[in-house]
Amino acid sequence: MNALIISALMGVVMMFSGILLKQRSAIRGVALAGLFAAIVLNIAETYGFHLFKVDIKNMMHFDRFALFFNTVAMICTFIFFLLSAKEMEKVGLNYADYFALIFFIICGILLSSSFSSLLILFLGIEIISIPLYILTGSDKKNLKSNEASLKYFLLGSFSTGLMLMGITFIYGDAGSFIVENITSLSTPDAKPSILLIAGLLLLMFSMAFKVSAAPFHFWTPDVYDGAPTVFTSFMATIVKAAVFIAFIRLFNYGFYGIHESWKFIIAIITALTLFIGNITAVFQQSVKRMLAYSSIAQAGFMLMAVLALNSFASEGIILYTTAYSLATIGLFAILVKMKDYTFEGFNGFAKHQPLLAAAAVIFLLSLAGIPLTAGFLAKFYMIKSVLDSGGFLWLVILAVLMAAVSVYYYFRVIQAMYFKDGEAQAMEISVSFKGVIIAVAALVILLGIFPQLLLNWLYF
Amino acid sequence: MIALLLILIPLLSGLIAFFLRTGNAAKGWALLSSFATVAVSILGLTILSKPELLQFKAAWLPGLGSNFSVRLDGMGQLLCLLTAISFPLIFIATWSRQYKNAHNFFGLMLLSQAGLMGVFLAMDALLFYFFWELALIPVYFLSSIWGAERRIAATFKFFIYTFIGSVLMLVGLIYLQSQTADRSFDIDAFYKIVLDNKTQNWVFWLMFIAFAIKVPVFPFHSWQPDVYEQSPTAVTMVLSGIMVKMGLFAIIRWLLPVLPYSSFAYGEKMIAMWTIVGMIYASLLAWRQDDMKRLIAYSSIAHLGLMVIAIFSETELSMQGAMLQMFNHGINILGLWVIVEILERKYGTRKLSELGGLAQKAPAMALLFVVVALANIALPLTNAFVGEFMMFTGIFTSPISEYELFTVPAAGITIILGAVYTLRMIQKVIYGNTNPLTETGTDIGYNEKLVLGIIVIMIIAAGVYPKPFLDLTKDTTDLILKEANIIPVLVK
Repeated sequence: MNALIISALMGVVMMFSGILLKQRSAIRGVALAGLFAAIVLNIAETYGFHLFKVDIKNMMHFDRFALFFNTVAMICTFIFFLLSAKEMEKVGLNYADYFALIFFIICGILLSSSFSSLLILFLGIEIISIPLYILTGSDKKNLKSNEASLKYFLLGSFSTGLMLMGITFIYGDAGSFIVENITSLSTPDAKPSILLIAGLLLLMFSMAFKVSAAPFHFWTPDVYDGAPTVFTSFMATIVKAAVFIAFIRLFNYGFYGIHESWKFIIAIITALTLFIGNITAVFQQSVKRMLAYSSIAQAGFMLMAVLALNSFASEGIILYTTAYSLATIGLFAILVKMKDYTFEGFNGFAKHQPLLAAAAVIFLLSLAGIPLTAGFLAKFYMIKSVLDSGGFLWLVILAVLMAAVSVYYYFRVIQAMYFKDGEAQAMEISVSFKGVIIAVAALVILLGIFPQLLLNWLYF
Repeated sequence: MIALLLILIPLLSGLIAFFLRTGNAAKGWALLSSFATVAVSILGLTILSKPELLQFKAAWLPGLGSNFSVRLDGMGQLLCLLTAISFPLIFIATWSRQYKNAHNFFGLMLLSQAGLMGVFLAMDALLFYFFWELALIPVYFLSSIWGAERRIAATFKFFIYTFIGSVLMLVGLIYLQSQTADRSFDIDAFYKIVLDNKTQNWVFWLMFIAFAIKVPVFPFHSWQPDVYEQSPTAVTMVLSGIMVKMGLFAIIRWLLPVLPYSSFAYGEKMIAMWTIVGMIYASLLAWRQDDMKRLIAYSSIAHLGLMVIAIFSETELSMQGAMLQMFNHGINILGLWVIVEILERKYGTRKLSELGGLAQKAPAMALLFVVVALANIALPLTNAFVGEFMMFTGIFTSPISEYELFTVPAAGITIILGAVYTLRMIQKVIYGNTNPLTETGTDIGYNEKLVLGIIVIMIIAAGVYPKPFLDLTKDTTDLILKEANIIPVLVK
């Protein structure tokens, strides 16, 4: 609750800071300070410190899991600001507004990770989506950006429609928006009504759309490619992670009782996502587009947590979203600095920027799931959770084979950077940027050896 | 403590090597570190060989049931000794070669040593998997940066190949862990797992493919000749001398005792047959090669194939023979690579057709080369003879063998073919007339004499008096055979 109110206030403050503050570094400073305050207050709330007393009428539930994820998401956003806030200047003139929009998205993230009423879930997802439509189109003079924004808006509205209809159906059956009341309906012995199943499927499809799971993924490559690269980084990581948390929360708390009826559909969606994401990523020529498809592929792995729904899955999804966000934010931050986004544009990068190239290798290894990086243990948790929940061996084997396919496209970047000669053109890189990148890379390795540094926070 | 040091010394010194300024400093540092590892390894074999010193255990991932658990048992001792001895020999033999960014080269070499040590020491399945992959990454970079012209494609194929194998193995390991009583990755817990036959069968394939790719067992071998040819020779030595032993080692430690039924059901009837096909095929290919690196690569497939058959025949003799031969093969092939490295540096070619008459120009090298080559053929008095003799006897007398009347003669043919291609190589390289290229040849220098001398001494010493090695591996063999537990299977 603390962080929610702070970030809503910060959104408004940032809008006005564009008028009041003339220097861009000052605007950046305010944003960083505001986010830092939100993080600190959120951690304080974990220990029972409430800044505000608000009666939320049981519509939200800030449990340990939600609070912890909020902390992780905001810390990732903080790192994103540190690495890329400067780059936002190049997108357009409304520098302060971009920060304002991002703070509103954080509000949406906090709502959707802590909902206990379907209304709040809907609000959260919409508060995330609408600023994202704007950010996607924020490069106003670029046609691709405009196209991406329009596409995203149209398809996003459809999925919102589906979600609303699903919620309505479920309301028709349960007579309530509160998740607990829905749970009591979906007990394994009582046969679920058609309304409930129909609502569940509509909700599932609209959530699958938001996390870009196949076959609802078609918007993703164009939108991620068209959007300004700094914002793609944010969209593909923190936002996606938050929707995943909402997805898991909804299905774990709301529909666990009837999981036999929807498990198989999730398994099919997972398999399709893994297959299509990985295979299509192999054929990309631009690193940015490759990362867009890779984000679909990674979503496939995260969907395994929705399938498994056990304690490994909830620990694993936190680790996965953290590992994936850190690595992808780091990679995008390096990508933004490049002049040429194709694979050839990275040729010989290691010679010119040895430190950045080494960090990029760590991020790529983590995304590919090589041991000693956080990405390996994240994938490990996902595989283990599915195997422990019983069945679906074929899915696990498909997933690991697809992970081997992913090595192909991630390593193409490594090959370009290290083994091929060329003049990779990068923009000027400041010492502080290098410092942050190396710290993030170190964090990826640290979490790859001691994941309990992160996961213990879930319990103590 | 010893076990921990064997990993930590190369790991830390490898990381330090990245920060050294000059290439020569890194080279000296790498040599120093590898000597320290040899010293620790020998101490662990002799005066410090106490159980409490040879193992180390610390909590690592309690939530997952995994500990940082390393221990030196007999087989581990032998392979760690091989790893420890090989690296200084590799460094000395390639001393005069200049690398671009040498500090990175030596840093990565030491990291790969740490990974290999970890594989041989790990007593926890997840830790084992960690090191299994970690040994691969530095080698991938080494070959891709410092290799020959077609290096990028060749090493990438190698990486993808082995990665597919290892992820499948990971699924197998996770499944096995879920079947242990206390949900732990500990090796003792793994040895206690009891699975029905059908389950064993599919888990077996998940794990075996990873090991088969690494060995490599036919038909998973196609990455190997290219990688050996394209890698810098120092890396080829690591790959062929030590890294391929990871696959055999893993079959012994992680497959036979954990999945005894399937190892029995598939091992002799199916895998041994493939392996024989692969051995004969590789031997014939080796015969027709002109490039020495490819020749040795194919010869290596044939030699390792025999060890695979021996392991799956599950007798004390064949098992001990295979362990001994893992060590011996590492030493012998290292000797062959040293010769290749010398020839390539001096004459700029590895082609048999372009060399010749070196016995007149480089008598010392010729002599040492012949001894190493004879060891490759497994002539009596050389180390390989002991190993191969034990393996053949073991396969022939094994109670579970059904087709030994086929496997033993068929494998015997590859021994003859081994003599054919090895002697052909010797004949083409050191006998005959000199040609314009080799006319100006000179004999080898002191560092090369030293390396080859040490290798020859080890070849003969182990060939004449193998008892210390056999004493070392006895405990492990007994344990594996007890856990592999074939007698009840036979009765059924």
